[in-house]
Amino acid sequence: MEHYNMNLTLKVWRQKSSNEQGYFETYQVRDISSEMSFLEMFDVLNEQLIKENKEPIAFDHDCREGICGMCSMYINGKPHGPWHANTTCQLHMRAFKDGDTIVVEPWRAKAFPVIKDLVVDRTAFDRIIQAGGYISVNTGNAVDGNAIPIEKDKADAAFAAAMCIGCGACVAACKNSSAMLFLSAKVSHLSLLPQGDPERKSRVVNMVAQMDKEGFGACTNTGACEATCPKEISISNIARLNREYLTSSLTAEK
Amino acid sequence: MLNAKIPAGPLENKWTDYKGHCKLVNPANKRKLEVIIVGTGLAGASAAASLGELGYKVKAFCFQDSPRRAHSIAAQGGINAAKNYQNDGDSVFRLFYDTIKGGDYRAREANVHRLAEVSANIIDQCVAQGVPFAREYGGLLSNRSFGGTQVQRTFYAAGQTGQQLLIGAYQALERQVALGNVKMYSRHEMLEVVKVDGKARGIIARNLVTGKLERHFGHAVLLCSGGYGNVFYLSTNAMGSNVTAAWKAHKKGAAFANPCFTQIHPTCIPVSGDHQSKLTLMSESLRNDGRIWVPKKQGDNRKPNEIPEEERDYYLERRYPAFGNLVPRDVASRAAKERCDAGYGVGSSKQAVYLDYAAAIERYGRIEASKEGKEDAPLEEIIAWGKEVVKEKYGNLFDMYEKITGENPYEVPMRIYPAVHYTMGGLWVDYELQTSVPGLYALGEANFSDHGANRLGASALMQGLADGYFVIPYTIGNYLADEIYNKPISTEHEAFAAAEKEVSDRLDKLMSIKGNTSVESFHKRLGKIMWDKCGMARNAEGLQQAITEIQELKKEFWSDVKIPGGITEFNPELDKAGRVADFIELGELMCKDALNRNESCGGHFREEYQTPDGEALRDDANYMYVAAWEYKADSNWELHKESLEYDVIKPTQRNYK
Amino acid sequence: MTWKQVFTSSVGKKLVMGFTGIFLILFLIVHVGLNACIWANDGGEMFNKGAHFMGANVVPRILEIGLFAGLILHIIQGLMLEASNRSKRSVKYAVSYGNDGSKWYSRSMGLLGTIILLFLILHLSNFWLPNRANQGFLLGEEINLYEKMKVEFSELWVVIVYVLGCISLGYHLAHGFQSAFKTMGVHNKKYHAMISSVGYGFSIIVPLAFALMPISFYLGWVN
Repeated sequence: MEHYNMNLTLKVWRQKSSNEQGYFETYQVRDISSEMSFLEMFDVLNEQLIKENKEPIAFDHDCREGICGMCSMYINGKPHGPWHANTTCQLHMRAFKDGDTIVVEPWRAKAFPVIKDLVVDRTAFDRIIQAGGYISVNTGNAVDGNAIPIEKDKADAAFAAAMCIGCGACVAACKNSSAMLFLSAKVSHLSLLPQGDPERKSRVVNMVAQMDKEGFGACTNTGACEATCPKEISISNIARLNREYLTSSLTAEK
Repeated sequence: MLNAKIPAGPLENKWTDYKGHCKLVNPANKRKLEVIIVGTGLAGASAAASLGELGYKVKAFCFQDSPRRAHSIAAQGGINAAKNYQNDGDSVFRLFYDTIKGGDYRAREANVHRLAEVSANIIDQCVAQGVPFAREYGGLLSNRSFGGTQVQRTFYAAGQTGQQLLIGAYQALERQVALGNVKMYSRHEMLEVVKVDGKARGIIARNLVTGKLERHFGHAVLLCSGGYGNVFYLSTNAMGSNVTAAWKAHKKGAAFANPCFTQIHPTCIPVSGDHQSKLTLMSESLRNDGRIWVPKKQGDNRKPNEIPEEERDYYLERRYPAFGNLVPRDVASRAAKERCDAGYGVGSSKQAVYLDYAAAIERYGRIEASKEGKEDAPLEEIIAWGKEVVKEKYGNLFDMYEKITGENPYEVPMRIYPAVHYTMGGLWVDYELQTSVPGLYALGEANFSDHGANRLGASALMQGLADGYFVIPYTIGNYLADEIYNKPISTEHEAFAAAEKEVSDRLDKLMSIKGNTSVESFHKRLGKIMWDKCGMARNAEGLQQAITEIQELKKEFWSDVKIPGGITEFNPELDKAGRVADFIELGELMCKDALNRNESCGGHFREEYQTPDGEALRDDANYMYVAAWEYKADSNWELHKESLEYDVIKPTQRNYK
Repeated sequence: MTWKQVFTSSVGKKLVMGFTGIFLILFLIVHVGLNACIWANDGGEMFNKGAHFMGANVVPRILEIGLFAGLILHIIQGLMLEASNRSKRSVKYAVSYGNDGSKWYSRSMGLLGTIILLFLILHLSNFWLPNRANQGFLLGEEINLYEKMKVEFSELWVVIVYVLGCISLGYHLAHGFQSAFKTMGVHNKKYHAMISSVGYGFSIIVPLAFALMPISFYLGWVN
């Protein structure tokens, strides 16, 4: 792989806190190596800002290997930037060329208020999980791991849904700021497994109610979530959620 | 000072006897007892969920925006359990034995045996929670093998086992949050332990969004805050992983054990330049099928695919024919370093070796071909089938490699080099996981107890969950049973006020320095000292130099660090400054510990102490002990030795040949 | 879970859209089939027979009430959803995700629906309203709809508006058809692929057939 250096113009969203107006600020960075990760380029920019006695840009990040789900930039009109099935931390600068202008925005959704600059509050996702995204089994209650065989296809499908990293890119990409892909990944993961069966009806209903309460929009099946998801969670999970929901509502006693 | 409180009796009965005799707390009283848990990785989340289920009032803290972000999530390969589903001779004893041996005989027998005993329950619990482990076509759980063992006991979920286990624990935790048993404080960082009458009674935490300090009371405090690999700056840890919680506890009286025992993982993506902020691990499971080699000729600059088979040195297979590419991590890492230091390294930096999948791709391709009855298919077709199989097994890891390096590992061998990964050392704990401060516990990677001088692959997940799900629920009861007579202490108590003042004074001091050098550059310099002098190989001279250099760095830090912004606001630079300040102090202790240990064992390799063929040379007569350091004053520690008794296993020179 | 909970939830609202959408799709089949009778080229005889059955028989007239109920529900729910969804992002992106992530018409269902609604107002006031008025809104005497079509579709602007309405309908269906099935829970990839192709076929053929009707009259392909 040939390496090269580049100079870039960055337009970055700055916002002091959730209740203040945000604005774009333009920065220049020089001699950025194509081997750097996007966040390392931000590290360079922040070091530069500190040197100039300016306030560094706040952004969320932690594992920097694409699995914790903490990084969350909306880069040039796409959550996590131009690469397919990727997180911001795994985006590398060889995706850009010398002289490029890059616009960086936070996830924008009412349910994800900005905390500072590019950092948003995603605790709504935790509350959705609290509403039913679990299997109620206390420690010590389990039977042997091989007591219930699970069809490989189903186990694989459950795993594919469980790969969701909870980053919120689906919400950021959706024109309705809907959290349906996130929600449906969890509903699918648990309802595909026999262990999740006893709670499947209440789970989907309660989780959807919580999603609505948090101020996410309704799903209109545009598919933007699936296209942007770093873990390629399939939109068919949403259809599965809909079916779970329909069944639950039709068979509810009251 | 140190009493490990190991129960009497035969090894295999110790835990059962303990559980049968430990004190219990009745349900009505559990509601009145408050427990603080710092960190929400596998250990913290599982402990919080389990204690919440028991009825304790739990408060859990994490510095990330959600408990699901904890770095346990990045564990790739798998989790060990003595299930013997493969009928290949596994047992509790064998898992125990492998772990003790893998740890180079520097772990406690009783703790490790308990770990092996509960390992099977962990798998059951996780399956019940909905963790989608890999399965065979018959619907039963699948296993693979890992370094340092000769059985297949590793359960896995593709290359994302840690993620799946953590999500399981996280969901159990969120369920308890919903039920009101656990109160979750995310974006909070613990900055001090509060002690009243010698016992841990709470913490001072900083709300990282508002910057405000908060006082929290607990009848007991559990530190599940992970390891300290980021002392090296570059490691496979998350950017936020830090030692601060453990370090504050240490300075408040908790002994720090074996700090120099750090694990350098052999298969990481090599450093590409000065800008590098972290290193990425490629799962050890890749060594199952991949072959590691360097050119036989020094400084060979040919492309890997142009080097013919007979000019390649598969040095692990050559040196360790019995275990081959599956030797334990410390052995594999040192062997890679040895080759690179001798001038056989590859890539532009020459600090890398090849991990080659060509042979595995062809082997799998032939298996597929024979399944289809097309043994005489052309090689390209066989290779294409083989790639499909490899993709199914390791696809996500290969994708990750390609994203980072821009090279296609299906076509060219991956370049790998060892990197700091895990810290076996940590807060000293007794059999009950209690530190030397009553009421203060340490679980998971934050404690030192189970892995000795080297951890085997797929054992960290096992230990974190064992501590949280199956150990602490019993052992904490034994302590809290006597605490029911103690009413919660008001956070207006003078001990809380004093602790809070300590924290705010320190923050003020940090902010008032207004120097010229960023936190990041201090961290980088610390990392370089540690890696060069207290890394994969150490010697007395280098360690002494390192201690001096770190002391100088500390002075410079406290007079020249530059932190923008203010205290009562969202200020990641300030958060980082506090963590780096603690890393600097820890770095010094690590070097002192490494200097004290005049032997080589596991991940601690002192160049002065090696066998003629370059293997670690232990000194059981003088160093078969846990080095537990008590903090006395700045740069001043007292060493306490907990001698290790091996009743069941006879320590020998580790042999993987 | 009570019905109220179901129909006030986001998924419930989508179910309403999906079910009414499918119902309206079924109606379109009837409508296009009946209207295709103009191409029998028999001076509107066959067409007027069909139209007479639809207008003067009590069964279709009762079903018509259902049709309007479904239509109105679809419109109101759709407009409310659109407004609510728009309110979930107060600060807009400077650079939009655009067509990389989704089709423009998938994102424009509210707009397309509104265009169709405006077209429908014209369409109903051209045919349905005068006819029913003539009938006294009961089962009375009808007007000759074939002749009415001839008159209406002799105006170029009317033909253009109808064609635009049909194009909007086509795009609306291109998303709506398969989306409705997703909403009702078809997640199986095999069936979904089938439904998608049927949906695309439907959303091309049906609106095309409708669009050809005014064009046929205007260009004198039927007499």
